[in-house]
Amino acid sequence: MTERLARLKIQRGGPGEAPAYDDFEVPYRDGMSVLDALIWIRTNKDSSLAIRYSCTNANTCKECMVRVDDKTVYACTKRLGTTPVSVGPLTNKRLLRDLVTDIVPPREKLSLLLGEPSSEE
Amino acid sequence: MTADVTTDVLVVGSGAAGMYAAVSAARNGADTVLVDKSLIGRGGATIMAQMTVAAAVGEQEPDHWTHHLQDTLESGRGLCNEELAAILCKEAPLRIRELDEWKIGWAREDGHMKQVMAPGHGRERCVYVDFLNTGPAVARTLRTQVGRVGNLRRASELTITSIVVNGGQVAGAVGLNMETGAPVTIQAKAVVLAAGGLTRLYQRNSASVNMGGDAYALALRAGAELIDMEFVQFFPIGHLAPRLVGMDPIMWDPFRYKLGGRLLNSEGDEFVQNYGHAETSDKYTAPRDVASFAILQEVAAGRGSPAGGAYLSFEHIPEADLRAAFGPVIDRLAANDIDLTKRGIEVSPIAHYHMGGVRVDGHMETGVPGLFAAGEAVGGANGANRLSGNALSEAFVFGERAGRFAAVAIGVRVGSWSNEAARSAVEEIMAGRHVATRQSGPGLASMLVTLQKIMWQDVGLLRTANGLANARTLVQDMRWDIGDYPGASDHRFALSMQEWFDLRNSLIAAEAIIAGAQTRTESRGAHQRGDFPRTDVDQTHNLITRLDGEGLSVMVAPLVSKPFDLIPLEAAE
Repeated sequence: MTERLARLKIQRGGPGEAPAYDDFEVPYRDGMSVLDALIWIRTNKDSSLAIRYSCTNANTCKECMVRVDDKTVYACTKRLGTTPVSVGPLTNKRLLRDLVTDIVPPREKLSLLLGEPSSEE
Repeated sequence: MTADVTTDVLVVGSGAAGMYAAVSAARNGADTVLVDKSLIGRGGATIMAQMTVAAAVGEQEPDHWTHHLQDTLESGRGLCNEELAAILCKEAPLRIRELDEWKIGWAREDGHMKQVMAPGHGRERCVYVDFLNTGPAVARTLRTQVGRVGNLRRASELTITSIVVNGGQVAGAVGLNMETGAPVTIQAKAVVLAAGGLTRLYQRNSASVNMGGDAYALALRAGAELIDMEFVQFFPIGHLAPRLVGMDPIMWDPFRYKLGGRLLNSEGDEFVQNYGHAETSDKYTAPRDVASFAILQEVAAGRGSPAGGAYLSFEHIPEADLRAAFGPVIDRLAANDIDLTKRGIEVSPIAHYHMGGVRVDGHMETGVPGLFAAGEAVGGANGANRLSGNALSEAFVFGERAGRFAAVAIGVRVGSWSNEAARSAVEEIMAGRHVATRQSGPGLASMLVTLQKIMWQDVGLLRTANGLANARTLVQDMRWDIGDYPGASDHRFALSMQEWFDLRNSLIAAEAIIAGAQTRTESRGAHQRGDFPRTDVDQTHNLITRLDGEGLSVMVAPLVSKPFDLIPLEAAE
């Protein structure tokens, strides 16, 4: 039996760069989420991929928001199928790198503690 | 020379313990900074807690904190630090009522807080927020308080990598700015470690990403001691299969209380009662260590479920009762293709909580003046096996105390900052920054997976001398392999650098567990040795771990005893 694969096209790069796209194939497991696939990629293929998540399973930290096929989703609850999907960062937040955007509330920013000028656009 | 940030009290970690500590320090007059490697109040274990909080508020039925203490000590298998356990039980009702005033929304019934039974408790003692919403409600309530109190600044995305000690006293900390990859120096007269536990070291866990043992490694490297590191609690019925997303893997427990789910092996038989604890489907009372051990033995005997656990079945419960108990959760289960009326789900023990941790006194202060700890990071209060419901109580009580006593401590002594004392911590971050960016291919993330497998296999529910020796060699090799500073970096969102510091911490914490487990040649509570299956009364003591140079040493210490009188309760109504 051939192994079933999930296919993801992932946006890479930082602010001010032309977005690049990397294609990944991930062994598919029934019920797997986009976050499962992103964690698998970082562990097995490319640890330089920047992603953000904390609670992993519970959908309570709300940190893992990304765009999948141009819709905003939580990566931890968005199911993958075997049809290819594109994954990109939130478009309404400042891009830090790859899939990570600046979702830190204004009063919790490290730059504020350091007395630096705001890094908001 | 001054640091980048100057404050009185620095709190590391922003789960319930950290937020409570920060609010408490600030209210007690200290200029306070609260930092988290993730987002404030979002990372860590608290927000994932779907369960209950134990406190003898006595609203459901007569209760007194000494009865809570009696249950805590019994659960702890003789090893609890009785001073810390008494503080936990005595002050838990104060914190529960304070959170009530802060409008957390504890579940109510007939005008009083609703309190339910949980395993190991002699009375209906555990408060909660419906449905499966205790942790998020705690996080939201404390975040509001953090935002309201004066002289409290906070910062997300700062990973503390070292505590700075100068002249034997805490002087501050050094951290990694996640956005830029640059070092950040913080001068502080007191530091509260509230960075949580270490369950992410295990392959099967209920951990968030930042529970890799940071607090323990930071404490050891600062010269503080750890206690009882061999006691990792495994939650017996963690979700195993089918893949469940959007739910905490420990979600099944409260439904077992409410409904009496049956734990079955592959032959459809209940089995927990065969392992020394009478349990039937309508009484769910087996302690966590007993239930975990029973499942493990069934799997070993070839009677496990396909994914390697046991079945939890609610098939005997009428659908209407399921709907009433699960509320909206039943629809989330349906989205995961789970229909409890049709078949059971598969469950397995998963690493859930750490009884061991940073050794502190009743003021939550370590042996290093100015270094405090709070929450799960603290060891000792729960002995060899934590009573259910005590984790959040401990976070609230120890958090409030750590903040309060840290605020007191800054008035009597002042740690002095020196760049020299912070230099090595700054330099290892700078060394990482100078590494060529973008190392692709599997990196430290795969090393963590390797560590998780080692810990699960040889340092998990059932341990032996050979397995522990093997694990220790592998972990020591990994400590050597990762080198002295991050081997990959990226200056925008420095995840690769953070992972190096995380892994360094995880490897030290892992070795501390192994060292304790090797020394304790008996089985007790969460520490089960295949080669020493009995409890040895001569080992009714604590084990203390410290870092000497690069090596860990383990010493025996006598128990902290604090006799108490059980206050009689008025006759139940």
